[in-house]
Amino acid sequence: MYQYDQYDQAMVDARVEEFRGQVARRMAGEITEDQFKPLRLKNGLYLQLHAYMLRVAIPYGTLNGRQMRMLGDIADKYDRGYGHFTTRQNIQYNWIKLEDAPQILADLATVEMHAIQTSGNCIRNISSDHFAGAAADEVVDPRPYAELLRQWSSFHPEFDYLPRKFKIAVIASDTDRAAMRLHDIGIQIVKNDAGEIGARFYVGGGMGRTPMIAPVIREFVPALQMVSYAEACLRVYNRYGRRDNKYKARIKILVHEIGADEYRRQVEEEFAHILTLGLEPPQAEFERIAAFFADPGLESGLADGYDRSDPDFAVWADQNTTPHKQAGYRAVVISLKPAGGIPGDATADQIRLMADLAEVYSLDELRVTHTQNIVLPHVKQSDLYALWQKLDAAGLATANLDLIGDIIACPGLDYCSLANARSIPLAQKISARFAEPERQRALGELKLKISGCINACGHHHAGNIGILGVDRKGTENYQLLLGGSEAADTSLAQIVGPGFSEDGIVDAIETVTNVYLAQRAEGERFLDTYRRLGMAPFKEAIYG
Amino acid sequence: MKILTGNDLGSGHVVWWDGQGWSRHVHDAVDVGDAADTILAAEEAARRVNASYAISATKGADGTVRPDHIKDRIRALGPTVRPDLALQPSDPHSGNWVI
Repeated sequence: MYQYDQYDQAMVDARVEEFRGQVARRMAGEITEDQFKPLRLKNGLYLQLHAYMLRVAIPYGTLNGRQMRMLGDIADKYDRGYGHFTTRQNIQYNWIKLEDAPQILADLATVEMHAIQTSGNCIRNISSDHFAGAAADEVVDPRPYAELLRQWSSFHPEFDYLPRKFKIAVIASDTDRAAMRLHDIGIQIVKNDAGEIGARFYVGGGMGRTPMIAPVIREFVPALQMVSYAEACLRVYNRYGRRDNKYKARIKILVHEIGADEYRRQVEEEFAHILTLGLEPPQAEFERIAAFFADPGLESGLADGYDRSDPDFAVWADQNTTPHKQAGYRAVVISLKPAGGIPGDATADQIRLMADLAEVYSLDELRVTHTQNIVLPHVKQSDLYALWQKLDAAGLATANLDLIGDIIACPGLDYCSLANARSIPLAQKISARFAEPERQRALGELKLKISGCINACGHHHAGNIGILGVDRKGTENYQLLLGGSEAADTSLAQIVGPGFSEDGIVDAIETVTNVYLAQRAEGERFLDTYRRLGMAPFKEAIYG
Repeated sequence: MKILTGNDLGSGHVVWWDGQGWSRHVHDAVDVGDAADTILAAEEAARRVNASYAISATKGADGTVRPDHIKDRIRALGPTVRPDLALQPSDPHSGNWVI
């Protein structure tokens, strides 16, 4: 894992003290809320429905045990004993006091963490593949490239006041586990025919009010020119992105309006200019960063295979662990989606337990997934059973990865001041309706995603089944969407028809799954059947 | 009726104007009539409340106050999915009041 150098630590520590002074001045009445609001947002502190909410950055979703334990301690000491892992691989605390916020940031700084650039019209936390460094199918570990971009984008003065917020994802395999093409910039690290490592740039994707899949803007940028190319992409956006209309200010609108070809032409022109300035990082600096992500201590010579005599364990191992690049290991996904539970929430005790388990069983590494689960990326197969027993005792062994119970849900109207409808109660009702494990497994891969408003933090556009909460004359109403995907075969879900009440949408989803079960061909996932049949049979079954 | 709400500056708690100060309980809220802007300006300036605004509400025959919009009812009670954190955690039917 990357470790702060003296400059990183000094920068974060200075920012904490600066914010401590800003909070003191606000509390003393020396600055108004209008003056203070942009300052607190710069430090990830929002004012939500019930209290202040703090969003803490987890760069590319990677944590060590010490950092994870601190997240649990903060939940206990300053919040109400739990935290919420988000679809941007971050964590949010819902009950923060303004007067505590500077000390929380100081505590975070002791474990090389912060909340900088988790809000505002700047480049947000860089997200990545949650199996990075463990995936058998990756070209290289994408995290050194994500870290390079993190360092470039942190406090970048030119991009501190963009037309709108800006999200970047970096992956390094053909299997997209980061919804890469639904980001402002999606970068896929690839190897060209000459065996050289470089970056393929997708620009102009996103969800929200106007969902778009990012087109390829450049097939291959040499690895060390990646930062310069990103700079060119941002510079064109910063120059021409619409600041007159918040709803048309994201880069996807610019790319769509001028067209990918014209956007590409302008970026290439800017890129050619930037290359003359010699801004590329030296090879030695990249190698310094990459060294932090080198082999975490994987043992060689281990055999694949483990004792599967406990049937409950075998079911979990089949569903929630995935192949590892190193023989004898598996990557483990800890589901934060128990039946009837709140997606992404974990108690302080659960967070600390996962920290302990990472130290004992996963070479001191954890990942937060954009699907609101936690990954232990490097677990010896011989340790899987002992790990499962400890997870099971803590309510963390739900075997539902990528099944209908593995629901993404935004905080919705229960917590969020932007929401129009509640998301979490729906997730709870749906996961309870489909709680029977055999029923979930019979349905197979089925990704269900719920957003409480058009901002789409719950990724409903990318759900095989998506749900969007709307406000219909002061009453919650839910639209049903089908056919979305955030994987390599990215597609946008389409609205089926008129909306439903809370109970009505749960029934409608059951109807949809019944159509799938009745009409699927051998080996088809829900998404495959939908793509083959189209919307019609599902719509007919729901509305008659 | 027209009532006032906001968040306590330091704690962030949801608060309601009770005629003298700010209460954490919506049932203490009073009708401010046409005085909303005047009260809010004074209270914001004195840093006794943050992000304040006026909303419509209905007073029941039993004297309870119910904001007209669901968002403010959720603010008044707490997250419907965490009744243990709500202001009336002992009332198993408090969620019904929100809906």
